[in-house]
Amino acid sequence: MKIAVLVKQVPGPESPLPLVSSQDWLDESQVAYIMNESDNYGLEEALQIRENNNDGEVVVVSLGPDRTQKVIREALSKGADRAIHIQTNENYPTDPLEAASLFADALKGEDFDIIFSGLQSDDLGYGQTGVILGELLGMSTATLAMATEILDNKIKVKRELEAGYFQWVTMSLPASISVQSGCNTPRYPSLKGIMGAKKKEINVVIPSVGDQNQSIKKIYAPNTNKETVMIEGSVDQVVEKLVTVFRNEIKIA
Amino acid sequence: MDILVVLEDNNGTIHRMGIESIAAAQHMVDSLGGLSAGAMVMGKNADALATEASGYNIDEVLSVNHELLNDYSSDGYAEAVKQVINKENPTYVLFGHSYQVRDYVPKISAKLMRPFLADSIAIDFDGKDVSLTKQMFNAKLFSDISPSGDAPFLISFQSASFLSDNASTGTANKREVVINLDSSMIKTESEAPFKESSGGVDLTAAELIVSVGRGIGKEENISMAQDLAAALGAEISSSRPVVDSGWLSPSHQVGSSGQAVSPKMYLALGISGAIQHVVGMKASKNIVAINKDPEAPIFEIADYGVVGDLLEIVPKLTEAIQSK
Repeated sequence: MKIAVLVKQVPGPESPLPLVSSQDWLDESQVAYIMNESDNYGLEEALQIRENNNDGEVVVVSLGPDRTQKVIREALSKGADRAIHIQTNENYPTDPLEAASLFADALKGEDFDIIFSGLQSDDLGYGQTGVILGELLGMSTATLAMATEILDNKIKVKRELEAGYFQWVTMSLPASISVQSGCNTPRYPSLKGIMGAKKKEINVVIPSVGDQNQSIKKIYAPNTNKETVMIEGSVDQVVEKLVTVFRNEIKIA
Repeated sequence: MDILVVLEDNNGTIHRMGIESIAAAQHMVDSLGGLSAGAMVMGKNADALATEASGYNIDEVLSVNHELLNDYSSDGYAEAVKQVINKENPTYVLFGHSYQVRDYVPKISAKLMRPFLADSIAIDFDGKDVSLTKQMFNAKLFSDISPSGDAPFLISFQSASFLSDNASTGTANKREVVINLDSSMIKTESEAPFKESSGGVDLTAAELIVSVGRGIGKEENISMAQDLAAALGAEISSSRPVVDSGWLSPSHQVGSSGQAVSPKMYLALGISGAIQHVVGMKASKNIVAINKDPEAPIFEIADYGVVGDLLEIVPKLTEAIQSK
């Protein structure tokens, strides 16, 4: 079983998000990057399948500038066998269709049985790259995976639906599966894993980036038209004011 | 047809977000003028959905009947919508950003090599140039996004970006559209949907809700929120991390993977306000948030906010309500 895992480096939840003067992207020099949360689960799912089958290869694939190698090394230290870095300059595509096309170009000769991706990235949040990539490579696709089971030349996926429902879907391999956060318990790298990662191969691919089909014109702080009344004071004062709001403003009987 | 709205089946009626997309299409017609708008239905309930859709103020309702569309599959639905797009040549194809739409619409984007402007919260026009607003970086920032190249442009709207109550009624013509599918196109086989938890809690009709998030800290503190809910006569709910930690059962979850609620008061305790949660509760009449992080996005949608330690505030609030 040959498995690719797409991982993305994104700003961490505590990172500052200052904008460049043109206001169409972040000033990346001040951003603290981490591995995208749901990608951790995709990686873990791949490692567990390899371990359960005592066979196979897990290849981590990431698109982005030089800094991306930090999350690639992290994935290698957790147990991925090798990596493909689709290395762009600082103006990497934000359009998911263009990004998926670059992944397709880099992966089409590899004949992966499964491609795992996270549900969506915590930066742009389009949630499309894994599905588009699967479609471009003629693979089966599934999203919101909560569990997987490998059958003979097929994969069975437990998908999350709306309103607390789930559904099992079986599909032929090869398949591109995007996983939901919480579908397994991602491991931490071991010291041995961290040492071993340094010797693992990162194949750097320079893509030919085409035109974007959609692009970001402007980024700004949310302009909410809602006036939030902030209730301040000591704990006792806050409690007293809240009770008054409940009674007189919201009119809770 | 300039605008095609693709409606989703929710057990024989139009999915709420579909009606919101009709409201979005009507808003676009009003903004630009001179555009024609239609809707499309498919699947085993297509006839019932077409009848329901024909009661809205749009030009046409297209029905696609095919036995391979009776049950949802991402391959079948993507191919069907693609073929209708190729026949009707719409400039804009609108969807509600539901779980089903996330599953199959990216495939249409790949088939047509045209962009999918997903999870938008607003649409604006500058002359004929369209721009969509989208939340990014976990809703901490907004961005304006424009498509380039030729139509069609696939667009989905986040829940409650347009209100279903604003969709104006009318009489639309119904028309059948024939498409070609064969079973070799469908690579998946689906089993029946199921629910995992028993003893579900229906929060959709609740008048008052006390909801807990990660900020509650640990399982032992849940009872503190339950005491407050009892004092207020409110239901208890939570965001996803609380359910993932096993502190409350999944039936208490509010958000895109849980229930959508609209109570008179939604009291959010230690909930940061991630989009996945907010889509399930932003229709609440009054939102009161207590959170120790003044930057938490929940304060952007709250009517009343308290920056403070809920572990100190909640027990005293319970006491004050009990004693009044």
